[in-house]
Amino acid sequence: MSTSTTAVGGRGTAQQTARGTLPGAWRLGLARGALEVKQFFRQRDQAVFTFAFPIVFLFLFASIFSDDVEGAGITASQLYVPAMIAAGIMATSFQSLGISIAIERDEKQLRRLRGTPMPPAAYFLGKVWLVLVTGLLEAAALLAVGTVFYGVDLPTDPGAWLRFGWIFLLGLTGCALLGIAVSSVPRSGQSASSVVILPFLVLQFISGVYISIDTIPSWMLNIGALFPLKWLAQGLRGVFLPESAAVLEQAGSWEYGRVALVLGAWCIGGLALCLMTFRWKSRRDG
Amino acid sequence: MTELAVNVSGLRKRYGDVTAVNGLDLAIRPGEVFGILGPNGAGKSTTVEILQGHRSRDAGEVSVLGADPASGDRRWRSRVGIVWQDESAPAELTVRETVTHFARYYPTPRDPSEVISLVGLQEKAGKRIKALSGGQRRRLDVALGVIGAPELLLLDEPTTGFDPAARRRFWELIRLLADEGATIVLTTHYLEEAEALADRLAVVAAGRVVAEGTPAQLRQAHGVEATVAWTDPDGTARSLVTDTPTRTVAGLMRRFDGEIPDLTVTRPSLEDVYLGLIGQRQLQSATATEGETR
Repeated sequence: MSTSTTAVGGRGTAQQTARGTLPGAWRLGLARGALEVKQFFRQRDQAVFTFAFPIVFLFLFASIFSDDVEGAGITASQLYVPAMIAAGIMATSFQSLGISIAIERDEKQLRRLRGTPMPPAAYFLGKVWLVLVTGLLEAAALLAVGTVFYGVDLPTDPGAWLRFGWIFLLGLTGCALLGIAVSSVPRSGQSASSVVILPFLVLQFISGVYISIDTIPSWMLNIGALFPLKWLAQGLRGVFLPESAAVLEQAGSWEYGRVALVLGAWCIGGLALCLMTFRWKSRRDG
Repeated sequence: MTELAVNVSGLRKRYGDVTAVNGLDLAIRPGEVFGILGPNGAGKSTTVEILQGHRSRDAGEVSVLGADPASGDRRWRSRVGIVWQDESAPAELTVRETVTHFARYYPTPRDPSEVISLVGLQEKAGKRIKALSGGQRRRLDVALGVIGAPELLLLDEPTTGFDPAARRRFWELIRLLADEGATIVLTTHYLEEAEALADRLAVVAAGRVVAEGTPAQLRQAHGVEATVAWTDPDGTARSLVTDTPTRTVAGLMRRFDGEIPDLTVTRPSLEDVYLGLIGQRQLQSATATEGETR
């Protein structure tokens, strides 16, 4: 093989100090994001089922429970649309990251990355880009189903879309960080889906996704209120439901301030949790 | 150039009750191809993982390219290439996508296409990794280990599972990288691989270095005895293990008129030396020297 004059310039002790600058985390994060999205869509069955899951659930719940909700001026079907958008955002971020990172760790892909000069932030940024793309697609698909079949009106007020923007971003980021953190819990890639899905299911019940807020015992709601999903769903109800539906909330209003506070706190706390607990190797590798 | 590329002294590592590395010393010079040879469970992989910065140690001093691997920063990582024993790369990406992407992590990478053809994967460059055979994946591992043009390449049993042709090809690649000036440290339990590649060898057994030197030095220092074999007139095969084979042959010349039937004088192969060093000599000699007349 005729090879290799290119590498010679990079070596030799005289040049060691003169080796080029290390690429930045932001740029590498973008490159990783593109790669993550590419991989996600190439795993076709995973992509299809990740997207289909909340849509199927929306269809089931919104078709089974379609009566008018007394005193709120909406139907139960309408109530399910923002709820399932919230669940969809959490599925694409928390659930899919929690499982996929556990598998990557188990397959030693993470350890390989750790052996390169890639900054850890680039890896996390790549994951954030991935869930931004998939989360946005999921939300758009659910919203399309909701407006076409279940009588949800898209807001015309730019202020409502602005609210959707920050609720989406804060909720997605918080759930993504929580997902990255939870990926360290399962002992192997195989057990990851069981470990991640159970708490997610419980959270969906006690956060008013499957069952309307006003029928859940308040002690359960109070536990749910510690986590981002309840606030994500509540904020999205505020965006997509008429003002009259606010009476169904625990506080009788959408509480945007508190939504921002809890979701923001999860972004910061989740980041701290990730930085403290993230492991590049599985426990078996020590 | 006085600074060692790898300097290890008194390295120790325990896993529970098992002592994997037990006071190991290594001194590897820049530009050297250094082989760590030993049976399974001798502590080779643990040692290399500590050099990579991927495993903690219980005791000992370790310096790799002038830094402690336990606190190696990005700059340090960019100078060290790693090929692990068991690997997995993202299954859904193609060879070219993966190599090109990994090149971005490094300040002065090699050309991705060049590296792909260097490991002989040019025909598979557009294929997804999940479609590669085991040997092809291994070659991809090597490609990802060298893409950053490392000054030091650490390989842990790189050719396990290779067919003989792929192994030869891999050896060529290692020699090429060595010619360019990289320091190469590889573990292996294939003796012929160590002999073919390494400038110097350390034989590791039970967590410590039991012998060190060039292959020729090892043979000299640990295998001075030669075996003289011949056949007696009554047809009995004879052999004698001796420090002074010339004297033995001279004696035989006096006993036999003319040709000594089936005369051979053999020095121990590196394999004999190696097996002796790792404590399997008894086993080996019991089968090899029937009819010994010592």
